[in-house]
Amino acid sequence: MPVYKRIIPCLDVQNGRTVKGINFESIRDAGDPVQLARFYADQGADELVFLDISATNEERSTFIPIVEAVAAQVNIPFTVGGGISSVESARALLRSGADKISVNSSAVKRPELITELAEEFGKQCVVVAIDIRKVEEGWTVHTHGGKNDTGMNGLEWIQQVVSLGAGELLITSMDGDGTKNGFALDFYKKAQQLVSVPIIASGGAGTIAHFEELFTQTNITGGLAASIFHFGEIPIPELKKELSKTTRIRN
Amino acid sequence: MKIAVIDYGAGNLFSVQQAFKRLGSEVILTDNEQEIRSATHVIFPGVGHAKSAMTQLQEKGLDDVIPTLTQPVLGICLGMQLMCGWNEEGDLAGLGIFQTQIRSIESQFANSQIRKFAKLRTASNNKGFREKKIHYPIPHMGWNDVQINGKSEVFYFVHSYAAEICKDTWGIASYPDPFSAALKKDNFYGVQFHPEKSGKAGEDLLTQFLAV
Repeated sequence: MPVYKRIIPCLDVQNGRTVKGINFESIRDAGDPVQLARFYADQGADELVFLDISATNEERSTFIPIVEAVAAQVNIPFTVGGGISSVESARALLRSGADKISVNSSAVKRPELITELAEEFGKQCVVVAIDIRKVEEGWTVHTHGGKNDTGMNGLEWIQQVVSLGAGELLITSMDGDGTKNGFALDFYKKAQQLVSVPIIASGGAGTIAHFEELFTQTNITGGLAASIFHFGEIPIPELKKELSKTTRIRN
Repeated sequence: MKIAVIDYGAGNLFSVQQAFKRLGSEVILTDNEQEIRSATHVIFPGVGHAKSAMTQLQEKGLDDVIPTLTQPVLGICLGMQLMCGWNEEGDLAGLGIFQTQIRSIESQFANSQIRKFAKLRTASNNKGFREKKIHYPIPHMGWNDVQINGKSEVFYFVHSYAAEICKDTWGIASYPDPFSAALKKDNFYGVQFHPEKSGKAGEDLLTQFLAV
């Protein structure tokens, strides 16, 4: 059977605390990442993603102990990302108990990093995160939290990163992020024709119907969201109960 | 009880160690033959590429130790695969405990197309191949059903290679073709999925293993 569709809460972590920016600008505090992770695992989350958005090295040093605590206390898989630019920084996170690592801007800057990570740790733990924004003709890849437009074609970049060794893609539509207008279905429909690795969709989830559209209109296997979970707008048990009427959801 | 986790440089040992800790059991991480032989239960984990894992195992002489163990042994993911026979990944011979071979899921797709149509690929069956790839991305990553111990359980998988069905098959999953999600022979157990990451179902399986 195809895999169960995955519901994936994303926790942005800065200086040891969970934050979520609306369109990455304003930041609100939604709590202790380890407690939140345990809460989501108990609620039925299928996987978790932690993004370290720390700005300084001093803040970043607080991330490893959090990864260790999550690995000790949570019994579902989790991916960590943010600021990984070398095999060594990835190794430290994997050794701390992360199951997968995700790279974004650093892979745009130096695409060979993807191959280095895949060769060292295996493709299965290399997630390439890609931020896209719709332009007149297609989508372009953005970096640095959506601030920089690289001008690169999103559909070409996903094929390139897969050929370099990405085992999974986490694709965020910056147009949708924080807007609650729904996932960028048109992009995902094209993307799934071009690559054969699993894709996680992110950006724009605001209602249960948005997840339903994603899972019934595309073959994307994971749906990621943050604030709607952190602020209790959509409780995961309720989301999964509704989705199980139309798609393959793990109870 | 003494649980030894074989530390040969190719496993996500921390996750396995933490999973047993959550169950209230301490484990030792070791590559020492005497430590391994004196344990009541042995865990053989593994992630990464079969070839480099097998080389590391051979360098430590553990390829000769594992098949001769007499206590319950549980191979996880690549650990399970290395306990089988021929492995397509790296074209190598495994430890030969389970009588089956490891093939890439993608080559299984291609073969099932050939079986299905019994002729060379045509445009229409190329389309079928593409359709299959859309429904079955590789790696097989995520939660899926396993028929095991007479019931259906859901576990977390991450793999691109799979063990064919054989007489040692203990649990079956399908992606899309059936494969050995779990194997069992005498004191040897192997699981393709990750019980240490499979929530309550995984914890139950590990508890069950410790009760053997």
